[in-house]
Amino acid sequence: MEERPTSVWSSNRFWRRSATWVTGVSAVLLIFLTFDTIAQMEMGTAKDIENKVAKRIPSPLVINYKITYEMNEKRGHEVPIIGGKDANGNSKFEEKEKFFGRDDYSEKEATDLIHLGKLTIQAKNCMDCHTLLGNGAYYAPDLTKAWLDPAWGPDGALQGMTNSKTKEEAMAKFLQHPDKYPTHERMMPNLGITEKEAKAVVAYLKFMSAIDTNGFPRNFGKIKGAVNANK
Amino acid sequence: MQTNNLYEGQKLALKYFTVAIVLFGAQLLFGLVSAIQYLYPGFLYNTLDFSIARMLHINALVVWLLYAMIGAVYWLLPDEAGVEVVGIKLGEYGFYILTAAVTVVVLVYLFIQVGGGNELTLWLITEGREYIEAPRWADIGIVAVVLVFLYNVYATVMKGKHTGILVVLMADLIALAGLYLAGMFYTDNIAVDQFWWWWVVHLWVEATWEVYVAAVGGYVLIKTLNANRQVVEMWLWIEVAMMFGSGILGLGHHYFWIGTPEYWWEIGALFSALEPVPLVGLFVHVLYDWGKERGKGNTIKNTPAFAWLTVETFGNFIGAGIWGFMHTLPQINLYTHGTQWPAAHGHLAFFGAYVAIVISAIYLGIQGKAGLKELRMTKASWYAITLITVGVVLMTVSLTVAAYTQTMVERAIHGATWEGYFIAQANQWFVQGMGWRLASGLMVIVGYGFLVYDLLNITKKQPAEVTEGQAVSA
Repeated sequence: MEERPTSVWSSNRFWRRSATWVTGVSAVLLIFLTFDTIAQMEMGTAKDIENKVAKRIPSPLVINYKITYEMNEKRGHEVPIIGGKDANGNSKFEEKEKFFGRDDYSEKEATDLIHLGKLTIQAKNCMDCHTLLGNGAYYAPDLTKAWLDPAWGPDGALQGMTNSKTKEEAMAKFLQHPDKYPTHERMMPNLGITEKEAKAVVAYLKFMSAIDTNGFPRNFGKIKGAVNANK
Repeated sequence: MQTNNLYEGQKLALKYFTVAIVLFGAQLLFGLVSAIQYLYPGFLYNTLDFSIARMLHINALVVWLLYAMIGAVYWLLPDEAGVEVVGIKLGEYGFYILTAAVTVVVLVYLFIQVGGGNELTLWLITEGREYIEAPRWADIGIVAVVLVFLYNVYATVMKGKHTGILVVLMADLIALAGLYLAGMFYTDNIAVDQFWWWWVVHLWVEATWEVYVAAVGGYVLIKTLNANRQVVEMWLWIEVAMMFGSGILGLGHHYFWIGTPEYWWEIGALFSALEPVPLVGLFVHVLYDWGKERGKGNTIKNTPAFAWLTVETFGNFIGAGIWGFMHTLPQINLYTHGTQWPAAHGHLAFFGAYVAIVISAIYLGIQGKAGLKELRMTKASWYAITLITVGVVLMTVSLTVAAYTQTMVERAIHGATWEGYFIAQANQWFVQGMGWRLASGLMVIVGYGFLVYDLLNITKKQPAEVTEGQAVSA
């Protein structure tokens, strides 16, 4: 059979060569696409914000700005809008928003906060209850757009429950003592998150909400008019 | 006990199998804790929280499958190559080092659980990245042990026969080991983090592990049905072509929503879910050939191994193929991503594609250890395979019901808000789904009890004609 196959379809040699070629071509294509994708996924910088360039992964400096999530007719789904929207539906990078009382974090300060936030998210195993960008476990809510969620907004329950005046204050207090705030029967455990870490995690959540996720989650907050108010 | 007839590599395989089955029990135990917590959230709250139980559940799964996979390779390697495993002493050390490392990691997970937000935590306690949470020191240990394993495989094949099965395994194992490196670094950019994380997770379970299964499945068919090697190896190459052809770029279905460019929508949709088709092809072809020759003394040489291979063939197709395809297209995945859908798919896929085949290989090991020419199913074998398989299928269906409810209520109606999430979690159909999941999980655990009993006792419970035939032939 190996030497004299009755047909090419039952020849091991033919299939072995096919397998090698198919694998090789797929791997080369993947590597090529990876170069392109990674280049498009570089984190933005202060310069990008200065030049009003919206990156898929924004600069940590977005924590100084107001972030919303709005329908983009051209792309057919919601996109993050940073610092207000211009006539073409793009981010203006103008409207600021105080984060723990400041909207003038330097690039270094913002980057340090994001760094500590990400380390804490990993060190506390957030991903084994929550999803981030939709990946992780399904025991607790998705954190991708948590920053924009109405539950944490002025009309949500959590600012009142934590006796806070702002969203970030409510989030930081909750993260430090989640077992003190009985939100639902399923409660977040106490993970020993310090005040500094909590602030950094909240910064990370704000930063993450500005990542362009191609419209995930879809129709975010459509009932409550969370961000894209189609009431 | 006739272990003297075994190659040293096969004796090492039995050690790997033993640890694998113990860790399988740990996987089920922590799965049970997590399933209870879905219904009774106060259970072990602030003691062994869901995040820890769930991490142990999935890590135990990955590690026990790797143990069993390494074991199965050590089992078939000397048999296929026709020579003793080269570097067996190194392999032994590797086994003990790996087992000690796994023990330490598990104890740290259990008793230290989480650390402060710094690099030290990532090095010593957890990396906090689903499936590959193992701290970095353990990563380095794993790489060292895997290098020893690869050396043993390559050196043995170089010395012995180069069968098609071994050639496929050699190429596959080097890719499998190399991919782990993609998951070993830290970045502040969560999108890039998840991009490379999927290189490990996807290219393991939907590419290199699938090809591994095809190779070991082929070996099991040769051993149980005396299948024609040419036919097995032809299908094996077809499988490699289809699995790598679809699986490598199928990686795109994880790149829909994580900050990646839109072109992955088309690539991910196009290349998904073709993978397990050829596995059914191999199985049916060999079974057909065997059927034609039936009654000429060619009995199945190991019925439990063969039964588990049957579960594997169709479990892989349905669990990985159909349940995966149900939510893989981006138009649907936009709503199902991050819900119970991947949980439903994951349970049947991991079971169908991987658990069943390694149990099949372990039964071959049990037969070889006892030196029996034939191994037949006992009552306990039947109870084990039935309870575990039916249990996992029911679990998948229950989770699918919960997933439909969550997708509809949380995503479609409430636009994925936190409030929508909690309304969906409290929905009676969702809760019912979780209830049935717990019940079917208990069924799997009872099945596991039978499996362990059977693995320990099956060779003592063989019918007289099997053991007598053995005495005559021996």
